[in-house]
Amino acid sequence: MFMKSSEKSGLRGWLKRSLAMAILAGAVALGAPAQANDTIKIGFSMALTGGLAGAGKGALIAMQVWAEDTNAAGGLLGKQVELIYYDDQTNPANVPGIYTKLLDIDDVDFVVSGYGTNLIAPAMPIVMQRGLVFPSLFGLAVNEKFNYPNYFQIMPAGPEPLTDWSKGFYTVAMAQDPPPKTIALVGADAEFAKNAVKGARIQAEELGLEIVYDESYHPKTPDFTPIVNAIQARNPDMVFVGSYPPDSVGMVKAATEVGLKTKIFGGGMVGLQFASIMTALGPKLNGIVNYDFWVPEPTLKFEGVEAFLAKYQKAAEGQGVDPLGYYLQPYAYAYLQVLGQAINATNSADHAVIGEYIRNNSFDTVVGNVSFAPNGEWAKTRVLMVQYQGIEDNELATFTKAGTRVVLYPAEWKSGDVNYPYAE
Amino acid sequence: MFTVDLLFNALIAGVLLGGFYAAVSLGLTVSFGQLNIVNIAHPAFVILGSYIAYMCNSLWGLDPILTGIIFIPVFFLIGAGAYRLYYESFERKDDEALRGLAFFFGVMFIIEVALIMVYGVDFRTVQASYIGQSWKAGGIGVPTRMFVPFCVAIAMFSAVYLYMSRTFNGRAIKAVAQDRLALQLMGADPVKIKQLGFGISIGTAALAGALLIIIIPVEPSVGRLYIGQVFAIAVLAGLGSIPGTLVAGLILGIAESLVSTFFGPSWAPAVAFGILLAALAFRPQGLFGR
Repeated sequence: MFMKSSEKSGLRGWLKRSLAMAILAGAVALGAPAQANDTIKIGFSMALTGGLAGAGKGALIAMQVWAEDTNAAGGLLGKQVELIYYDDQTNPANVPGIYTKLLDIDDVDFVVSGYGTNLIAPAMPIVMQRGLVFPSLFGLAVNEKFNYPNYFQIMPAGPEPLTDWSKGFYTVAMAQDPPPKTIALVGADAEFAKNAVKGARIQAEELGLEIVYDESYHPKTPDFTPIVNAIQARNPDMVFVGSYPPDSVGMVKAATEVGLKTKIFGGGMVGLQFASIMTALGPKLNGIVNYDFWVPEPTLKFEGVEAFLAKYQKAAEGQGVDPLGYYLQPYAYAYLQVLGQAINATNSADHAVIGEYIRNNSFDTVVGNVSFAPNGEWAKTRVLMVQYQGIEDNELATFTKAGTRVVLYPAEWKSGDVNYPYAE
Repeated sequence: MFTVDLLFNALIAGVLLGGFYAAVSLGLTVSFGQLNIVNIAHPAFVILGSYIAYMCNSLWGLDPILTGIIFIPVFFLIGAGAYRLYYESFERKDDEALRGLAFFFGVMFIIEVALIMVYGVDFRTVQASYIGQSWKAGGIGVPTRMFVPFCVAIAMFSAVYLYMSRTFNGRAIKAVAQDRLALQLMGADPVKIKQLGFGISIGTAALAGALLIIIIPVEPSVGRLYIGQVFAIAVLAGLGSIPGTLVAGLILGIAESLVSTFFGPSWAPAVAFGILLAALAFRPQGLFGR
């Protein structure tokens, strides 16, 4: 009796377990494709470690804010957005493998670029081979040689990125009376800085300025005192610098210590826009004229930018990234806005259709209205030339105030006048 | 362009930079040169020292150099512990050549990732009264941001040199890689002596890290940039020579500064490493090697 009951109970248990497993297997089998169809996957590599990680991680937070906002608003094509990303370690050699994996293994619907010229260029051949739309984040003149029609670059360098980058620096300087006559050019021996200095060199020659110093330096240079001394010995009216964050700090410190005397100093120094570096340098920044993309000036209050920054700043707390997020982060949000608006407007995931739409339309984003030139750069340059003014301390709050980074150029966005010269 | 002021400024900048290079390389001279341990994680320990200086500076306003000095014993203990692990896992089994190298690669990545997890990837700097100042006499200037680390580096070299040359344990550290048996006959335990030496090597990284963050902003992976430089100085010095390390650092610093000033900064690293190659061609054992 006991045995029979046990057998019955065992049979019932076995049937129950079998049924449960069949239901579970069915659910899994049906669930996987259902989930894949319910999301739009956007893949990218990002510098989350290595030299550009400070900016890369900040960009990622901005992109995650966009994904949350977009999903809260119903997603794209009625589907939720999913970001799939890998750390490229700021190493260009990792980029082709990452994009191949994203496309062939992760089966993403769209790809966007990682941060920076050096990490965008290696992805271009893969993207071009497959005819994909490729929104890119802060690449300088990457498409000059590729001429790829579906490349759309969000940094506002303008249709002639090489020269548009530093146009404001020269415009501000040449408007002075008397205008400067000599210039020193110095930059890191790396892709972005070389392009920035190349553009500055072209314009100096066009304007008839005498180039009295034109040198590059190795990116691991720890002390810039000899370079600044060599520049000072030539007594240039202008000093244009194309540098990366550690070099920018070294250059500013050396200029302060040497007592660099020139009329205008700065130009293409990456890093002076970062909160950690601004607070480290504090009053040493006063007088420097340097490029920027967004500063808290009254002329640049685009719709949605302050709401975005509030979300970013909250998400960035305790993450060891830029706590303000003024420089790159709004653009990291905006390049996904462009892609998202194009997908929704065309109601399509077809890359050719979306590419055509982006080429022929403009987009309202947190960095203002954006439209693209045939080479994928902004149709009109908006590289700001700002001057650090009136900085008296090293407090973070100082750099959130209007008037500490005054916009000098373009005239359309100007918020103040230049203090000239830098030092005499 | 050549002026006397420019020459003096270049020499001063080179000497100050060379002192800093030597300070960063000192630990490697002890571990690589004297103990025969290829510690490629040494720059990562230096960066760890930088972050501790940053932490104490940002939280309590502590001077980075004072922080470096305070943390020397802590780093010494970390070094002694790391050597014990290395010894038990690899050296005792005569397995240190390749696996030991992999071990220090691993240590380097662990330090780097730990720093990323704790501090993130943003650049970090410190504040001190001597950063951004300079002493001037006519056209010649001495930046205190470089001068103070130089003085500290000289003091650190003097202390390590005196210890290594005037004490039994110091001399034992110099001897341990050359003849373990002779050392044992003198009544010293080679393992304990190497542990002591490696502790000193890592201890110097606490102070070298503080000097680094005074000079440049740091992020967790910045140490990788200087691996070549510090090994080059240790090799040029003659693997194991403490005065040689100081001289080699000064030679590289002065060469870089002079070339940077008079021939262009892009040539500086090539000329510095050219000196290394030329020196090794004529003295394969290095400047002060035997």
